[in-house]
Amino acid sequence: MAPIPEPVTELLEQALVAELTVVDANGRPVTYPLIPLWDGERIYMTSSTLFSRKLEHIQGNARVSVSITDPVSVGGRTDRATIQGDARVIDEDPHGGWERLLPIWSAKEPAIVSFLKARVALPLFFERALIEIVPRRVLYWPDGDASVAPQVVVLGQEAA
Amino acid sequence: MMRSTPPLDAQAGLERLATYPFQIATWVDERGYPVSVAVQAMVDPAGRVASFDPPAGLTVPTDRDVSLTGSHIRPQPGYGYDERRHVTVWGRVTSGIRPDPMTRILTLTGRSAWGWDETETPFFEYSERSVPRSRRYFDALSAERGTPVRPRLSFGFLALRATRLPFLTATIVPVVLGIVIAASHGAFDLAAAALTVIGAAFVQLGLNVANDVFDSVQGADDANVTPTQFSGGSRVIQYGLVSLRQMATLATVFYVLAGVVGLVLLVTRGSPALLAIGILGFIVSLGYTAPPLKFAYRGLGEVAVALGFGPLMLLGAYVVQSGGTVAWEPFVASIPIALLAALILYVNEIPDRRGDAHAGKRTLPVRFSRRTIITGYNGAAAAAYIAVVVGVVTGVLPVPTLLMLLTIPLARQVSRGLLPNYDNPYALMAYMGVNVQLHLRAGLLLFAGYVIVLVLGAIAPSVPVFIGT
Repeated sequence: MAPIPEPVTELLEQALVAELTVVDANGRPVTYPLIPLWDGERIYMTSSTLFSRKLEHIQGNARVSVSITDPVSVGGRTDRATIQGDARVIDEDPHGGWERLLPIWSAKEPAIVSFLKARVALPLFFERALIEIVPRRVLYWPDGDASVAPQVVVLGQEAA
Repeated sequence: MMRSTPPLDAQAGLERLATYPFQIATWVDERGYPVSVAVQAMVDPAGRVASFDPPAGLTVPTDRDVSLTGSHIRPQPGYGYDERRHVTVWGRVTSGIRPDPMTRILTLTGRSAWGWDETETPFFEYSERSVPRSRRYFDALSAERGTPVRPRLSFGFLALRATRLPFLTATIVPVVLGIVIAASHGAFDLAAAALTVIGAAFVQLGLNVANDVFDSVQGADDANVTPTQFSGGSRVIQYGLVSLRQMATLATVFYVLAGVVGLVLLVTRGSPALLAIGILGFIVSLGYTAPPLKFAYRGLGEVAVALGFGPLMLLGAYVVQSGGTVAWEPFVASIPIALLAALILYVNEIPDRRGDAHAGKRTLPVRFSRRTIITGYNGAAAAAYIAVVVGVVTGVLPVPTLLMLLTIPLARQVSRGLLPNYDNPYALMAYMGVNVQLHLRAGLLLFAGYVIVLVLGAIAPSVPVFIGT
């Protein structure tokens, strides 16, 4: 199994926002901007139960993609990537289970720490599920230019 | 069902999409995975279409929905990011030939759209509108696990939120003032004073919690999608943090505790006046939102609050100390506090007015125009200061109580903030905070005035503190 190309892991580490696309019950792609959290092996995203429709879609269809397209979100880099993968929702403990990813999250969004301290003001925002994505296939555009075919790296076995 | 974001048709979605520097074309590939690729689309909202070059090495399907998404943030180093907005337009793609130069082009015909722009729907309103979705998620989790799963808060935070504890200043100000006025008249009993503060606090806590119960039952809190730190109730029932039954029980417990303290005071310091004040206070407190009285629903909330957090609290505390004697001085001193307490409610009702109107809660901001409401604020605030000046000039209040006039700039600050922020609950929040401070500081300054009276009485009894003495 090939590893994720290093430029793509750099994009995942740098990106303030990526686009998570899930597939709804009608087979339609639905895209949500979310913060990608890369732990070196898997991509994580978190979703408040307030905005949990995406979680329902993932529970119905695990196949998702994460794309990093906006140079503004990655400090001006122009390369782009889409990572296809299999997702699962981790919501055993919506109150605090997601907090293990707080160090990676707060590195990208420092304000979240102070918001969390004041969770009494936003109690439901901090009831969250984790979305864990196992990467399966990477499409990478070194120049970010869609007129050039992407480099494709197959990473592992897809979901049944 | 309540929408989280305003409805958006394909044309409006395409209009927004055209404002983004690039678009993300997304479809589901033959393997069932979504594919996204950044494209430069030429968007024609009037024609409901967006065209873009076929991405190299990828096949955009024409037999299923394809989406075009625009997404924007502004990075804020050391904070995160802001200016969040995104939009997605779905439709079918057709393949064609661009005439000059002859190249293939893909055209998406928009059929539906969805998006969020935080300048249009602020994050807090977006979150509030999404509360039913969170509740459904927890219901589904509960059904899946066969045991109730609820959102949680630590006990301290939950107690703070459910009881709205910080608002106890509304009680402490008049009660402490009543006690210090009695002390200036030579009557002070520490144990009775402590019991009075505790009993009055239980009454307000009962009122706060009962208010949530009855506003939830009557739909006012559910209809409110712009609650703030100061308005819209505690939301613990709406958020599923505490059940309606638990809140009703809590309100009952607070009222029972208040009743027990009231009985102890009646037995030890009792008088017919205290009994009358206690009964009237209970009726005003419970009747604030509870049927059949529902003062707040009839535009009488301010009157109830003024009565309860003014003369009843202040005179009640005074009568406990005086052993039943009623005097004009504590009554006159209660007028500015009553008016400023009522103005807290009055301003806090402004952001609630749409939800309140929907639920049939006919508060003053629901009934009257913004101009009338702001004029009303100015008039009532002015009346609070005039009451003190008249009280002093007529020799009812001691001269040092004029210290309260130092809070006039705060009242002016609130007044000036009402008009520009009348329709923006989150911007108005700062002024609601100042308004609460106005009541607290006015009370503290009146208290300070009486402390001066007490000190002068002790060290220089010949110095007159009342005009005409």
